[in-house]
Amino acid sequence: MGYTIETKNSNLMVHFYGELDHHITEIARLKIDHKYSDINLKNIIFDLSQLTLMDSSGIGLIMGRYKNVTEKKGKMAIVSSNVYIDRILKMSGLLKIIKVFTNIEDSLEYIER
Amino acid sequence: MEKNYMKLEFLSKSSNESFARVVVAAFASQIDPTLEEISDIKTAVSEAVTNAIIHGYEFNVGTIYLEASIEDNVLELIIKDNGRGIDDIKKAMEPFYTSKPDLERSGMGFTVMETFMDELSVESVKEVGTTVKMRKKIKTSIDKE
Repeated sequence: MGYTIETKNSNLMVHFYGELDHHITEIARLKIDHKYSDINLKNIIFDLSQLTLMDSSGIGLIMGRYKNVTEKKGKMAIVSSNVYIDRILKMSGLLKIIKVFTNIEDSLEYIER
Repeated sequence: MEKNYMKLEFLSKSSNESFARVVVAAFASQIDPTLEEISDIKTAVSEAVTNAIIHGYEFNVGTIYLEASIEDNVLELIIKDNGRGIDDIKKAMEPFYTSKPDLERSGMGFTVMETFMDELSVESVKEVGTTVKMRKKIKTSIDKE
């Protein structure tokens, strides 16, 4: 369980593992925002492909970061390949504003377009 | 299957959210739920326990009571706190409404519980606490075929 943060060029990528709940979002939020305060970073990719569960706290985390990305005029993308994660993303309405890809390569291609 | 029952008490710490999910999933496993049903149940438990921690006890230390029972392939869960209670239950249950937008809450908790379980009821008394009851029928192996 947990997450890792990776930065490359102007992209910040967060990989989540296992179960993303309120406990993990509270820890990850501070780390993500701290890294993202670097002026060279513009875009955020959330890699949810290795998650087995995400509750509404995860939605709150993504929504909050989306606001920050918009302020920096960056782009956001989500990578997901799990039906349970897709279902909660769909319920949240996030799919209307954030693009979802099934693999990291496609998300990078979109971000750097 | 004969009726079965369990009760658990734990402190309102966010590290106990995953603990509560695992306990309920393990208890429910005796009626042989599908992976999808397990995922539904765990997500609903996560929402209810998170609500008790953030809204019920507002990050103070309190006790969360979790009861689970199984009867005729129906799993019933009761998640109870002795926290501050909900001001307006109807409003709290509206999709995307949150009393704590500053904490980046999505306001989806009750909607998720309602969608992923078959029945949801919420009782709350100000300064006494909140009780969330949820039920879900687990399809028997005959139904699944």
